[in-house]
Amino acid sequence: MADNVTLTINGRKVTVQAGITVLEAAQQNGIDIPTFCHDPELSKPGACRICVVEIKGWRNLPPSCVTAVTEGMEVETESEAVVEARRTILDLLLANHPQDCMTCQKFGDCRLADYAYRYGLRKTTFIGEQTNVPVDESSAVITRDVNKCILCGKCVRVCAEIVGRNVVDFVSRGFTTIVSPALEMGLGEKEAGCVNCGSCVAVCPVGALTEKNMQGIARPWEVEKVKTTCPYCGCGCNFDLNVKDGKVVGVTSNPTSAVNGRHLCVKGRFGYDFIHSSDRLTLPLIKKGGKDGDFVEVSWDEAIRYVASRLKEIKEENGSEAMGILSSARCTNEENYLMNKLARVALGTNNIDHCARL
Amino acid sequence: MANVTLTINGQKVTVPSGIMVLEAAEMCGYSVPTFCHEKDLTAPGACRICVVEIKGWRNLPPSCVTAVAKGMEVETESPKVIEARKTILELMVANHPLDCMTCEKSGSCKLQDYAYRYQVTSPTPYEGEKKQFAVDDSNPYIYRDPNKCILCGKCVAICKAVADRNVIDYAFRGFNTKIATFMDTELKDSACVYCNRCVSICPVGALSDRNMMGKGRTWDFTREEVTCTFCDSGCKFDVNYKNGKVVGVTAKNPSAGRPLCLKGRLGTEFMKNADRTDLPLINKDGEFVEVSWEEALGIAPIVEKINALKK
Amino acid sequence: MTNSIGEISECDYLFVIGSNTTETHPIISLQMRKAVSRGAKLVVVDPRKTEIAELADVHVPLRPGANIPLLNTMCNVIIAEGLYDKEFVANRTEGFEELKLAVENFTPENYTGIIGVPAETIREIARGYAKAGSAAIFYTMGITQHTSGTNNVLAVANLAMLTGQIGKPSSGVNPLRGQNNVQGACDMGALPNVFPGYQGVAVPENVEKFTKAWGVPQSAKAGLTVGEMMDAAHHGDMKAMYILGENPMLSDPDITHVQQALENLEFLVVQDIFLTETAMLADVVLPGASFAEKDGTFSNTERRVQRVRKAIEPLAGKADWEVISEVLTALGYPHEYGSASEIFDEAARVTPQYAGISYARLEEKGLQWPCPNTEHPGTIYLHDGKFSRGLGKFTGVDFEPPAELPDEEYPFVLNTGRRLYHYHTGTMTRRTKGLNTIYSEESIEINPADACKLGISDGELVKVSSRRGSISVKAQVTDMIQQGMVFTSFHFAEAPVNFLTNSARDSICKIPELKVAAVKVEKVS
Repeated sequence: MADNVTLTINGRKVTVQAGITVLEAAQQNGIDIPTFCHDPELSKPGACRICVVEIKGWRNLPPSCVTAVTEGMEVETESEAVVEARRTILDLLLANHPQDCMTCQKFGDCRLADYAYRYGLRKTTFIGEQTNVPVDESSAVITRDVNKCILCGKCVRVCAEIVGRNVVDFVSRGFTTIVSPALEMGLGEKEAGCVNCGSCVAVCPVGALTEKNMQGIARPWEVEKVKTTCPYCGCGCNFDLNVKDGKVVGVTSNPTSAVNGRHLCVKGRFGYDFIHSSDRLTLPLIKKGGKDGDFVEVSWDEAIRYVASRLKEIKEENGSEAMGILSSARCTNEENYLMNKLARVALGTNNIDHCARL
Repeated sequence: MANVTLTINGQKVTVPSGIMVLEAAEMCGYSVPTFCHEKDLTAPGACRICVVEIKGWRNLPPSCVTAVAKGMEVETESPKVIEARKTILELMVANHPLDCMTCEKSGSCKLQDYAYRYQVTSPTPYEGEKKQFAVDDSNPYIYRDPNKCILCGKCVAICKAVADRNVIDYAFRGFNTKIATFMDTELKDSACVYCNRCVSICPVGALSDRNMMGKGRTWDFTREEVTCTFCDSGCKFDVNYKNGKVVGVTAKNPSAGRPLCLKGRLGTEFMKNADRTDLPLINKDGEFVEVSWEEALGIAPIVEKINALKK
Repeated sequence: MTNSIGEISECDYLFVIGSNTTETHPIISLQMRKAVSRGAKLVVVDPRKTEIAELADVHVPLRPGANIPLLNTMCNVIIAEGLYDKEFVANRTEGFEELKLAVENFTPENYTGIIGVPAETIREIARGYAKAGSAAIFYTMGITQHTSGTNNVLAVANLAMLTGQIGKPSSGVNPLRGQNNVQGACDMGALPNVFPGYQGVAVPENVEKFTKAWGVPQSAKAGLTVGEMMDAAHHGDMKAMYILGENPMLSDPDITHVQQALENLEFLVVQDIFLTETAMLADVVLPGASFAEKDGTFSNTERRVQRVRKAIEPLAGKADWEVISEVLTALGYPHEYGSASEIFDEAARVTPQYAGISYARLEEKGLQWPCPNTEHPGTIYLHDGKFSRGLGKFTGVDFEPPAELPDEEYPFVLNTGRRLYHYHTGTMTRRTKGLNTIYSEESIEINPADACKLGISDGELVKVSSRRGSISVKAQVTDMIQQGMVFTSFHFAEAPVNFLTNSARDSICKIPELKVAAVKVEKVS
């Protein structure tokens, strides 16, 4: 097999690596083809057909996500036949989709809405029965609304192929097909085996799987995303903190993360409530009236002056060896470096340690 | 003017006397929803979404037309207030097309924002007949979908604010009420000059800028405010960018006495046209080729000499 | 880690010892699953049948504390069968004869009982590890939190060096660090015996270097470790402590002792985001800022230095680095920084591993140290061609049982660890609605046979006592745990298991033996 092949996409000659798909070739050349079921990290079922393209000489419109490029291929990604096929697919999807975009947590980041807009599909032309299954609120962190599901199967594949748990799969047949845990249990039921990592939420293209915590709090276009590093274990996952009106309202995956890509564990993805806990300390406290006394709120200035004067006194009286510093594996490198200077420069002692051994 | 002290959501605040409860609440950082209220326009107090609870008052008064008074105790998000707002929204959603997926206003639609805020979703308890008006796509500038209209009347008021214009007003009664031109014609047959003041103020998707349709979602755009340079009124427009490229110019809320006009908007759009080239073109063998200014003006040798001398 | 997380999926042989990876390092466990689905062999050594153990080709349910018998018998087999990497041993190591002698008596037959699998299985594991194209060892506190912690780690190193399974892609020794920045705290010198960058305080050149860099004479005398500080406070030798973002009142062994020690101090400052159990004992509490409220860097378990970015203003008005620099200034050592990146640059100047790192270079993917200069791309795996000390040194280690073994009065071995849904002393996770809803109550795992003997049923409240204290906690009857052993976490203040644990420490690195304590379990009613 040759290393490169040359083909024509939308009238433009492009040379790409042999063996890649038409979809990849288009993406590499800045041409956007819609996809629902395709995900570069997962196996390719070629199921949703929204990525179909027209290839000169081919009888049907093949799905570009599973069609390999060949020499001399002539591909059209937005031809009349392609657009008609896509519109029909969207029309059928909309025919069985709830009309609650106003309150849908995914709206603003929903592929179904994006493509409906892109192809100007305002209303469905197929009127018929709609899926009507109660929304699954059994999980403490994930809302599962199968009525919005378009059966792309990415949640099934991410759970099987990446997370390795196989919690959900397709059940039933035909119109009644849904994605569900075994025996149609709720996602939050213990026997369902879900570890609430939320990778399925990260790959869901529509509003079928959403973060429960964010419901009613913020929509995608209202938040500022700040990429940062997780404060829990030593894996060092990255994610985006979602900020609205000066508050952290959620965590979403950032695919550029070096260690974890889009995947996180339950703590990383859903463990941020503590930031705005009402128990947070906002003013320094000094215990007045001896060891059994009560804490009194004081200003920063007073607290820092008091800390410095007491440390100085005790050091002068008892020497540096009577001073000890516990730094923190939870704090930043910069803060640990400064604690190190607090011990070694200001207090004159090597008595500094942290909880590395715990 | 003297000040008055009142309590809003348990917080004691002192504000200038004579202002409305809505303004006082906003000054304290509370966001009270509004549809029909607009600074600089006469407040009709019609939509009732801004109702609040005031201790000792019999009903929930609309905060946009209720003046502050000494000792008033106001609650802006009490259970009663929330219930009233939810009912108003349910009634609106019940008679709304719900085609947010393709609606140009999505992302900056007040109905959508408040439905989200109060989690009002379809189906509502009030499902019934829906408006079936024809949309008006008769002209290249304003797309009117009366089915999405919530009858807040701000378009009527802002149109009236320009002398001699008065293109639209309420027409028909009850469920059939709509905003219409004289004789309910299409806009192209009316006195409309397409200044788009009404589009800039519409809280929902009833009035859209025709020129921007299909070009992107509100959240895809970044906006740059520019002042029009065509006359001395100093109107403001928004230049909308998507992925760094200009996709269109839209009208911005005009302040009192400022006209906003079609000429200004289109002129600005022309100036910001993404297809404008920054460099001169020379016809070389029947094809225009971008060249440098030096080449086009025939001063390349001179520039070269000057540069050589500089070294 | 000597390897990187990204290399795990390419391993041919994964030897996981004393790590409940799926619960404590979920994202690393995804890479292990990927390797397994590629056909890699997975061996898990753990007294409990954890989820990762269920996934393994071989699960070795050794008795708590029996790490050295297993590691040494593996070395014994590898030497006896001539499977060791003769070239690697000859060129890259020293002390082979010492090792050979030390493991001579560690035949699988001698230790099969304590290891928990037949001798032949031990041989197969040893052969598999030695012959694998690339084999990596992963361990966490199951290896280290023992009085034999240092020796356990040396035994791990012996195994890797003997087979040359180190210093190559996907081959190495990989301690998985438990906390977001425990790596960075060590790198930055929050340790009593080294300056930043592991530059020993006992080395005169280092003392001179930091005396010059900081303008204040430095001491060559190693300081005290956490446990030793607590002891010193107990005796009255330690008078004042400043604790940043730690909660020893839940996390440290033998809490009663910790409490007495902290109460005995003349002055205690605690800087934390919550009024923790430890902060309650303080004279001054300074409010901290959460990770969302400040700029900085964390260094993860694969030595990757990554940015922490401020998303919101500090709730108490100051980031921790601002507070510490103000304290330094108030103590008469002016420290004024305009930003966290200025502090980082200063630290990078004195820390050779960080010398080439700056915020600008960390933007997207971070950098893995060592990164000695600004052109250096960072280091994916360590010990390529050469060990830090030159030749790798084999150290023969012998088996020492844990400090406290079960007896008639305290017949159970208590093992402690973590749960997926919570973290450390729970100050954060217990205040997070979702997590606390899913896992709202702690329990202690006990084998069905033991539960039956004691007449304890699942979910029943039991009293668990050691020589140091007792707690009440619900029993979880499960065959995940072997007979004669119980397990629980230290996340819940309602079930503070560290009242029971043993503060006996490893003589070298002073790590407490949190993995083994003798306890008794009693029915409450």
